[in-house]
Amino acid sequence: MENRDKVKINQLFSRKKKMYTAAILIILAAVYIVAFLSTPFTIRSSSVSTLETLRRLFIEPLINPEYYSGYLEMIELMLETIAIAYAGVTVATIIAVPVGFLAARNLLGPLSYLAKALLNAIRAIPELIFAIIFVASVGIGPYAGVLAISINSVGMIGKLYAEVIESIDEEPLEAIRASGGNRIQVIWYGVLPQVLPEFVSYSLYRFEIDVRASTVLGIVGAGGIGAPLILATWQRNWEDVGMILIVVVVFVSIIDILSGQIRKRLT
Amino acid sequence: MSSNKSANENNGKRSGRISLTSTVLKVKMLLIIAVVVTLYILAVIATDSNPIRVIEGFEHIWNFVKDDLFPPNLDYFTRVWEPLLETWNIAIFGTTFGALLALPVSFLAAGNITTNKYLYRIFRFIFNIIRTVPEVILAVLFVALVGIGDVSGILALTVLTVGIIGKLLSESIESIDPGPIEAIQASGGNKLQVIRYAVLPQVLPQYVSYTLYSLEINVKASVILGFVGAGGIGIILRQQLAMFNYDRVATIILTIFIVVTIIDFISNRVRERLE
Amino acid sequence: MIEFKDVSLVYPNGFKGLKNINLKIEKGEFVVIVGMSGAGKSTLIRSINRMVQPTSGQLIVNGRDITNLKDRQLRGLRTNVGMIFQSYNIVKRMSVLRNVLAGRLGHTGTLRSILGWFPQSDLQLAMRNLERVGIDSKAYQRASNLSGGQQQRISIARVLTQEPAVILADEPVASLDPPTSHKVMKDLKKVSKEDGLTTIVNLHFIDMAMEYADRIIGLRDGELVFDGPISEVTPETFVEIYGRPIKEDDLLGKDDEPEEVDLEDVVK
Repeated sequence: MENRDKVKINQLFSRKKKMYTAAILIILAAVYIVAFLSTPFTIRSSSVSTLETLRRLFIEPLINPEYYSGYLEMIELMLETIAIAYAGVTVATIIAVPVGFLAARNLLGPLSYLAKALLNAIRAIPELIFAIIFVASVGIGPYAGVLAISINSVGMIGKLYAEVIESIDEEPLEAIRASGGNRIQVIWYGVLPQVLPEFVSYSLYRFEIDVRASTVLGIVGAGGIGAPLILATWQRNWEDVGMILIVVVVFVSIIDILSGQIRKRLT
Repeated sequence: MSSNKSANENNGKRSGRISLTSTVLKVKMLLIIAVVVTLYILAVIATDSNPIRVIEGFEHIWNFVKDDLFPPNLDYFTRVWEPLLETWNIAIFGTTFGALLALPVSFLAAGNITTNKYLYRIFRFIFNIIRTVPEVILAVLFVALVGIGDVSGILALTVLTVGIIGKLLSESIESIDPGPIEAIQASGGNKLQVIRYAVLPQVLPQYVSYTLYSLEINVKASVILGFVGAGGIGIILRQQLAMFNYDRVATIILTIFIVVTIIDFISNRVRERLE
Repeated sequence: MIEFKDVSLVYPNGFKGLKNINLKIEKGEFVVIVGMSGAGKSTLIRSINRMVQPTSGQLIVNGRDITNLKDRQLRGLRTNVGMIFQSYNIVKRMSVLRNVLAGRLGHTGTLRSILGWFPQSDLQLAMRNLERVGIDSKAYQRASNLSGGQQQRISIARVLTQEPAVILADEPVASLDPPTSHKVMKDLKKVSKEDGLTTIVNLHFIDMAMEYADRIIGLRDGELVFDGPISEVTPETFVEIYGRPIKEDDLLGKDDEPEEVDLEDVVK
């Protein structure tokens, strides 16, 4: 490239950059103006004070022995919630293994784009929407929750699995091909041993996410601790809401720590 | 070479049968499989979802989508866009306020900036607690505190965003190059000057990237916040569901899907360029 | 045993890998192919097990033209022709023994291999071959725990367990340091002579080729420029093969450094 042209291009570049910045600022300004104009910022403060509500949410369930017996029921529901997440993530893992192979560019080529697009589509839908559709089609209960969690998890695990498969060391596969192994043997002895620890690790990671997700499935009737949560909210029974919150935080933390420990040992 | 040495601790007797895996590994694997399978069986019993029912379930769902959701009632879209805008606004405000709050807080939670150990631990603890609470439960809490409406949704997403950005950004701050910090300290700069001229320029791209990432999450979250009364498209979704207007439900879901896909796409593109 | 009849290979991008190669290798020979990088050494070796496809000519292995084999026959050929790679190509997360047994896959049914039900005779064979290369004590360890020289020995044991008639070794010691290189080459020569295997090795270093080869084949720009027993090799031969005077880079160095000592073996 000649020097003269270079200078021109630099000018062009900086002018382009300036326009770019201006465009972003205008778009941002528009977004905020629209947002401010169209948001009512409604606060319907109830007759009781915020402090009183906070007390009922966080203090009462902890200090008042009257509520202690209620925890047992909440824990039971939390266990059901965890069961939904576990059954869901297990089904998802079983589906995600073949799907992950289908979506891996290095094994299937162009076909993988189709599989990837499908996985992206699944991930664009919030799990509660799945739960709504599934409750409508198979009825109320944790069973609908398991289905919702499993489909939604396939979207993420399948994608992660595909990425793991794409990043493997291909040289051992060459060795197995060179010694007369067929396609299945190449996958079994060349690919799987390389990807298995990551597969397990990602499934565990997704399990952690799914436990959180399962706690709210009950809001649409898909089982777990979400059902009493929404009920207590409608009834303004803040002590129950507080108890549920405490149980959720404790159990989610325990599962995160356990799962995190296992994942650390895997890699 | 030591080829004649019968040194094979794992296998024991060389002349005997050789197994493909060592006994220790075999027992370990069997134990792990037993635990995983047992937990699955317990979970299946608790949720009444044995594999056959799961397969049947997917058939039911397919039939429901095919017969009831399809075709969506596209005329209904004229009534969807307004609550959709509300949902988007909740996500935008939640992300903005959350990102603004998270910036100073992240510095307090970064070990290399905060010299006060207790402050550091407290903020780390808060981030971890926020991350354990699902966003819908946050919304329920704010509905309890400020009543039904968009403000409770905005506040819930603000807290959620502080949790996400705070955690990620404080980790980014901890992993920056310490050289520039020392340079400014050496030339007599105070803590705020260090942050402004040494730390901020290094983490700014990450900060923008994490904010966009939060926006992606918040858009998805704000969709469902309406279910608990925190405003937006979730409210009409719940109404139409209760009335079994599945063609309208389909329109709402389709709209959500398209909007989320577009936002994810744009956000991902921008984040890729930031890296 | 192996015969190249006017074999040429043109890559899809137009690069000529091999040009009219005529060559005959007898059973039990230990042949070393030398040449600069890009001279076609790898291409020549990889045509023999059809990891690359010659574009013209005939390539006879065991009395059969292999240039047009179909899938199943191709796997049959590869079962009979073992290969050792520069970067070992083992699965580092699998145990040493399992890596060695991967060499038996061509002899084992798909279902059997998926379930890991190798016949006891295969396991004995694998263990015996690990013993021959001196790493039997590490059979149940993860391959990643072993040193580079030991990892290349895993791949030698794997190829022996395959029970091939021919071994192809593509720069087997290029990733190893000089003393380890010599140890691995000695092991390779020893086992291939013991089993009467036809062995074809690509080597970059001239002194190494001279030390281990029965016969040297020189390639330059895809053409055969030398073929003869080492007794016929003169310093001019290499100038011819390399197309330039010999530099120090072309030599690995003498085998006079202390031998690689495995700490674990010493401790035991």
